[in-house]
Amino acid sequence: MWADAIVTLIKLAVVIGVLLTTVPIMVWVERRGSALIQDRLGPNRVGPWGLLQPVVDAVKLITKENLIPDGVDHFLYILAPFIALAVALSTFIVVPFGQGDGLTLFGSKIHGFIVAPDLNIGILYIFALAAFGVYSIVIAGWSSNNKYSLLGGIRSSSQMISYELAMTISVVGVLMASSSFRLDQVVMAQTGTWLGFIPKWNVFPQIIGAITFMVAAFAETNRLPFDLPEAEAELVAGYHTEYSSMKFASFFMAEYINLVTSSALIVLLFFGGWTLPGLTIPHGWAGAILSLVIFAAKVAFFLWFFVWIRWTLPRFRFDQLMALGWKVMIPLAVVNFLWVGVAMALGIL
Amino acid sequence: MTASRTETTMLPQPQVDLLPKEGVVAVEHGVDGHTVLTVEREHLLDVLKSLKETPGLDCNLLADICGVDYPERDARFDVVYHLGSLEHGHRFRVKVPVTEDDATVPSAYGLWKAADWFEREAYDMFGIRFDGHPNLKRILTHEAFHGHALRKDYDPSQRWLLTEENLMTPKWSTGEQKNDDHLDTQVLNLGPSHPATHGTLRTVARLDGEYITEAECEIGYLHRCFEKMSETHGWEQVIPYTDRLNYCSSMINGVGYALTVENLLGVEVPPRAQVVRVILSEFSRIMDHAVCLGANLVDLGALTNFWYFFQIREEIYGLLESCAGGRLTVSYARIGGLAHDVPLDFEEHVRSLLARIPKFIDDVDKLVTTNKIFRDRTEDVGTISGEEALAWGWTGPCLRASGIPYDVRKAYPYSGYEQYDFDVPVASTGDTYARYLVRMEEMRQSLRIIEQAIDNLPPGPVITDDHHVALPPKEKVYTEMESLIWHFKLIFDGIKVPAGEAYGFTEGANGELGYYIVSDGTGHPYRIKVRPPCFAIYQAFPHMLEGSLVPDAIAILGSLNIIAGELDR
Repeated sequence: MWADAIVTLIKLAVVIGVLLTTVPIMVWVERRGSALIQDRLGPNRVGPWGLLQPVVDAVKLITKENLIPDGVDHFLYILAPFIALAVALSTFIVVPFGQGDGLTLFGSKIHGFIVAPDLNIGILYIFALAAFGVYSIVIAGWSSNNKYSLLGGIRSSSQMISYELAMTISVVGVLMASSSFRLDQVVMAQTGTWLGFIPKWNVFPQIIGAITFMVAAFAETNRLPFDLPEAEAELVAGYHTEYSSMKFASFFMAEYINLVTSSALIVLLFFGGWTLPGLTIPHGWAGAILSLVIFAAKVAFFLWFFVWIRWTLPRFRFDQLMALGWKVMIPLAVVNFLWVGVAMALGIL
Repeated sequence: MTASRTETTMLPQPQVDLLPKEGVVAVEHGVDGHTVLTVEREHLLDVLKSLKETPGLDCNLLADICGVDYPERDARFDVVYHLGSLEHGHRFRVKVPVTEDDATVPSAYGLWKAADWFEREAYDMFGIRFDGHPNLKRILTHEAFHGHALRKDYDPSQRWLLTEENLMTPKWSTGEQKNDDHLDTQVLNLGPSHPATHGTLRTVARLDGEYITEAECEIGYLHRCFEKMSETHGWEQVIPYTDRLNYCSSMINGVGYALTVENLLGVEVPPRAQVVRVILSEFSRIMDHAVCLGANLVDLGALTNFWYFFQIREEIYGLLESCAGGRLTVSYARIGGLAHDVPLDFEEHVRSLLARIPKFIDDVDKLVTTNKIFRDRTEDVGTISGEEALAWGWTGPCLRASGIPYDVRKAYPYSGYEQYDFDVPVASTGDTYARYLVRMEEMRQSLRIIEQAIDNLPPGPVITDDHHVALPPKEKVYTEMESLIWHFKLIFDGIKVPAGEAYGFTEGANGELGYYIVSDGTGHPYRIKVRPPCFAIYQAFPHMLEGSLVPDAIAILGSLNIIAGELDR
């Protein structure tokens, strides 16, 4: 019993540790990557290739004066960044990140590389928490007592509600195909190949669903081209205009953690998780580490994809974003799950 | 007569028999080729109306309105209107003398909307009232400012306490207001410190949701008294100040000023200086457009393109620096030519830039021009028709984007622009996307001009040998008595421009950049009025906003390229 608890705690520590380490790494990738795309150098003074820049930034943010502007609603103003960070960190507990079957630690079974292995609602839990995340932005926008923040908060709530629908519906096809809400089961259902060379990843039969999900993921993480809640040129900094020091950093970290979660979900739902076609991952620790590496590489690719898109595309206008969400994304997601249903009935899938 | 100004001084002339007679006290022919009408105030509107509406005269462009103060005269002020006809090419200067006690003239707003801000400026600076103006209040100075700064008897050392309390507040911006659904609307201040107002521009907007129902702009945050300062400086000393007008293309401002003074002086500019002026002006135009488009794209969220364009700008700054020593503010033009010759590797440098710049333009072109998101953001956004744009006094790329092919370089060639083969790009839709397309193409056309110019860069001096205007070369000063005297006289007395007046206009990056210069024969300009192209453009902005969204406001603002330095002077 206590061993189980320790294993879970270790897993939790590892997940939070990895997530919080990914943030500075992503910040570095974002800055150096944007510089690469934009024909600039990017931060290159602190540490080799500027690698220590995010560390210095973190120190700066932590040691900055904790400023609370006049006229804000104190309680909500402070609460908002906490909600953002807490939600971002807790979604990851149902995300499996490697093949850990049959492994033991201190004589206790690991039950896979997932913090909450027995939570059978899996993906639903993620959506539920992600929906909760919108509160942080609305509360931040409202409590800041700033018109720009308010506009950002309002934009954000309507944007997230709209795109959550498309996101949820686009996943239905995957859930039908793998008959489970649990993400490790979703990955298991994607092992093997069709015709010997096409990996049995959901992206191939459900390309529409995959694209819808990815677009919705951009919208959910408030990244360009959907960064309207914080559209710099229009709303100064949107909902976090009035935030500084660690409270600002919490929003910032939450955004990057959400980015990692979204990339992980894209990989798990549509790109076969830690599987590779033609590769049977052996049991035991060697296989576990191999699966971790594959998974990390795939997630890294999508993280880079997020960066790449951000520095390539301009931003939507708000009404265009809503039109896209309701008139294009949701119908496409519905088409996807209808197609999966028909294909399953006909025995193709 | 100067080579550089010949073309302008030979402006097309109007048919004399068409000119209005009633109320016209005098008709003269200015050294700048303008037909100068002195008009009685009672008949001003009739004269303006007949200049605008008589077939054959058709003055559809109101370029400028300004005041001039002659304290020793009975009728102390002249109100000066500069009019032009795009079809016929002739230009008018209409002058109305008014007395100090009764400094009122009827407003021309009913004829040209362009009069809106120009009249407010004349009111602000001289206290001349315009009867019938819809919103006559201060524009460049603060609401609580006392006196009228450009009057000759205004003491510039006075200081006023200007506080936030008397900020410009439009009448509609106070109090609660409900929309059609009985929901609250709110008033939002965009600027003066806002990421999208590149410079210090303030727009007050009433928002219904995110729709703008009413808007008004406040300018003047960057007012630096350019015109007042010029009156106490020597003719050459004004040039560094002109750099700070449109600081994105400072070379063009300096050249425009020099051309106007050269016109008054009747000085000839050597051919080499003319060609170098053209090359550097066109490079400046490319920079200006690059900054405008880059900033416009940043506001739409496409930061990468901004850096591509800034690379161009950086490299052109390298060229300007090698010629002038300065980068942003070059101060390279001189009355009669250039400060000094270009460096030895100039030609090579220009050619290497010519080879490199198209790549960056093409990169942005590929990333943006056909991008669906970009087109959705810009097409049918901030649309303005050709007639309306002209009525507001628009010129330059923004006017051409609305389908009117008016370019000073083609219509009134100066500095030898008639020798170069280039096209004037025109778009028809008049929206933000059209303005983007026009600027992109103009950059390419500028490269064409530079290519032809660098192929024909003549050798020779770069400044006139008229030593009333330009210092003799140093080696002559040390060896010849006469040169030493010229040197001495110029250093101590400065250039003496003969009494007279001229309106010189060139194609600035934003449109017609005009300098109306009055000289009284002393070592200082008596009055310099700059006609900044974006001043006319920006006055239409609040009207374009009504009914559009906040993000549209940002897109439109970026596409107009409002440079606060030029706007506020």
